[in-house]
Amino acid sequence: MHNKTLSELSTALKAGEFSSTELTRHYLDRIADLDPQINAFVTVTEQPAMAAAASADERIAAGTATPLTGIPLAQKDIFCTEGVKTSCGSKMLDNFISPYNATVIEHFNAAGAVMLGKTNMDEFAMGSSNETSFYGSVKNPWDINKVPGGSSGGSAAAVAARLAPASSGTDTGGSIRQPASLCGITGLKPTYGRVSRYGMIAFASSLDQAGPMTRSAEDAALMLNCMAGFDERDSTSAQRDVPDYTANLSGSLEGLKIGLPKEYFGEGLDAQVSSAVEAAIREYENLGAVVKEISLPNTHLAVPTYYVVAPAECSSNLSRFDGVRFGYRCENPADLEDLYKRSRGEGFGAEVKRRIMIGAYALSAGYYDAYYLKAQQLRRLISDDFKRAFEEVDVIMGPTAPGPAFGLGEKADDPITMYLSDIYTIAANLAGLPGISVPAGFVNDMPVGLQIIGNYFDESRLLNVAHRYQQVTDWHTRAPEQFK
Amino acid sequence: MEWEVVIGLEIHAQLATKSKIFSGASTAYGAPANTQACVVDLGLPGVLPVLNHEAVQMAIKFGLATNSEVAQRSIFARKNYFYPDLPKGYQISQMELPIVGEGSLEIRLEDGSTKNIGITRAHLEEDAGKSLHGDFQGMTGIDLNRAGTPLLEIVSEPDMRSAKEAIAYMKKIHSIVTYIDICDGNMQEGSFRCDANVSVRPKGQAEFGTRAELKNLNSFRFVERAINLEVERQIDVIEGGGEVVQETRLYDADKHETRAMRSKEEANDYRYFPDPDLLPVEIDNETIYAVRASLPELPDAKQQRFISEYGLSEYDAEVLTSTRPMADYYETVVKESGGEAKLSANWVTGDLAGTLNKESIEIENSPVAAGMLGGMIKRIADNTISGKIAKQVFEAMWQGEGDADAVIERKGLKQVTDTGAIEKLVDDIIANNPVQVEQYRAGKDKVFGFFVGQVMKVSQGKANPAQVNQILKDKLKP
Repeated sequence: MHNKTLSELSTALKAGEFSSTELTRHYLDRIADLDPQINAFVTVTEQPAMAAAASADERIAAGTATPLTGIPLAQKDIFCTEGVKTSCGSKMLDNFISPYNATVIEHFNAAGAVMLGKTNMDEFAMGSSNETSFYGSVKNPWDINKVPGGSSGGSAAAVAARLAPASSGTDTGGSIRQPASLCGITGLKPTYGRVSRYGMIAFASSLDQAGPMTRSAEDAALMLNCMAGFDERDSTSAQRDVPDYTANLSGSLEGLKIGLPKEYFGEGLDAQVSSAVEAAIREYENLGAVVKEISLPNTHLAVPTYYVVAPAECSSNLSRFDGVRFGYRCENPADLEDLYKRSRGEGFGAEVKRRIMIGAYALSAGYYDAYYLKAQQLRRLISDDFKRAFEEVDVIMGPTAPGPAFGLGEKADDPITMYLSDIYTIAANLAGLPGISVPAGFVNDMPVGLQIIGNYFDESRLLNVAHRYQQVTDWHTRAPEQFK
Repeated sequence: MEWEVVIGLEIHAQLATKSKIFSGASTAYGAPANTQACVVDLGLPGVLPVLNHEAVQMAIKFGLATNSEVAQRSIFARKNYFYPDLPKGYQISQMELPIVGEGSLEIRLEDGSTKNIGITRAHLEEDAGKSLHGDFQGMTGIDLNRAGTPLLEIVSEPDMRSAKEAIAYMKKIHSIVTYIDICDGNMQEGSFRCDANVSVRPKGQAEFGTRAELKNLNSFRFVERAINLEVERQIDVIEGGGEVVQETRLYDADKHETRAMRSKEEANDYRYFPDPDLLPVEIDNETIYAVRASLPELPDAKQQRFISEYGLSEYDAEVLTSTRPMADYYETVVKESGGEAKLSANWVTGDLAGTLNKESIEIENSPVAAGMLGGMIKRIADNTISGKIAKQVFEAMWQGEGDADAVIERKGLKQVTDTGAIEKLVDDIIANNPVQVEQYRAGKDKVFGFFVGQVMKVSQGKANPAQVNQILKDKLKP
């Protein structure tokens, strides 16, 4: 069962090949057996999962099933789930049982999907390797000595290891696409505003966007159909109809204009990753696409801009974790200041503290103009690069990450090198554009991804472009040996 | 040395929306602690603010009512600081682009002169919760019912030169916000409160002195007292060879003193930045036209109209337009009295206001409704009762004994205007008081008052005084 894609499972459930109860039981057993090797889950919600599966079976029998009815899913532990611990990978929220559901979770529940559990992640989504989690690193199913990427590392590893057919992730600077690339799965970051942020614990509000992590583009389309849509509880969500993302999956790519930004193929890119991406581009040429070199001249500004904007927003977003109303509170505080200092000092990990400090500094009196305001100006320049590019091409392609998965601990003490692993993904967040990572081969037996960036709200085209590639390649169907 | 006082006010008006500025929770006052705080007000992880557009409409109303600029585009910003009753660790406010820009307001001073006070800006923000320092075993309680209540912070220019001017300005703002129905103006409940920036400088000096900010002034009287106290303190400091330091001071009404809260050095760096969770507020001309059309008559315009339409004095017009309920009450009285504008003004500002004041009752809750008072005045005007009897009628109406006609009827207070009846009374008095008649006829005019008094006494005050006068004069002629 676990080798089927979400779309195949959906068909099988409707055909009565097996029930959601059987399917859910199967996945729960796999998680119990195999997750100790990779640490993808923070919480497994066995009992509610079985209950949800039972009602999904009734719904399937009644003929009112949606494509996701009865499908077991893993949810990133950044989404608030009513009655279930929502930790955000942090000691700060280790005791936090959310009293409400995130909009995304409500959508999945309404569709009849089954939540298997909550997946491990970098603390408050800050990290590119999943090593900052309070619950320990997630291991890459392709090599358990390597990182799965981050911050949605648990969601990526769970799908790669066939512990869930699909999962949710969030992407602030590459947190869906980079782990998808490193774990050999498909990960889509939609346009900013396409999916509601309500109930998704904020890291950097102007960059955060939830999206699906799946085995195929077709599965991603099914997931996005459920996740996307305007939400009156999120003022930044787009008031725009949600198309059926599966409708145009098979559309012809004849004449598709692909832009290859020269800045994405220069220094810092692993030569073998570059070859894999070039091979993927040749497949697209075979499918009738036209390739054109383009320039995104402000690419080199993306990482420094991001590391002002994201920490600035996070320094404010994380102020609510103060030990007063919920979450971690230090023992025997002497007074209010002691309560604040120790609750936050003991509750947050090193990377989170680093970013809060950077952000508070960037916003402080006398530095605001030089950092925050300047970063906002650069953000506009980066967006303008894309605007010009999309006047000439339909999609932009390049590597998702500069290299395959690196060793656990390899970059943990070097934040700058770690930050550069998001060098190709960050710009899409700064511009608010959708991007997808699809498996495009292996380097030293580790998967690498091709990133496709589209114009605003052009998710249908991204999924079409990704799907056609997956029809002529089989990278996305490969599974790590121990998890087949 | 002669000193000049410089005052600027920051007024916080709580907007009278049903729900909070960024959540659907109720804003009603006085509910049990933390029963009006939803997940958004609690600042739970993952929640997002959604702007209440009613608050925006109210801010636009204020801008238009004070001839201030209404910004086509304004943005919300986060003011970051830690405090237990500030759930998110930041307050959503406005910094660089407030919804209301520059404007000005004319105030009237005691000597009748007028002065313009500049409005710098007015911006929307959310209120914080309350820290409760009651009995919590050495801990502090937090009530978040108030958290997220919409406030309009109205910042003035440092244009006021005395506590009296500050009060006049504050009362004018109070009158406007209650007139346009965006704030209930209740100072006891904290719906209308103010901070004052106060400094002194030698008269004639162009630069401002160092200012202190006085916090927590929740009545007009406290504002006046606190400012005067602070002015004295600053002058004492300077004249004693010291320097005023920039700081925030708290006014303690019980001890009648201001004391330092925090200095400029201790002031927070609020790290303001635009709130990425909220879109800019865009206001188009159509909205402005619509809000302008919905504005009620404002105090100044109403005052002018009362002068021209009702022939009132400037003073009466000002008193009668000081609050919208008062003005509405007066106009109903006039209408019901059949247009007795002057008499109505005398009764509303006189007996009615005096009694309400004595009993501490707001005019909108007056036991004598405007229609009842108007009905009584009508009876004065048509000579059914005299002005003197009217006081009895008013008292009876106040005690809930029914409307004027019912009281007059039941108590038999109807004025006697039957000439024959009065003549009979007069004849009896003349017959029974021959000595006084002699005196009068001998030229002692003062005795005339004795006869009037006797007739009124016998008639129990009901005889028409004008008729009594005339008949007495005729009959006493030698």
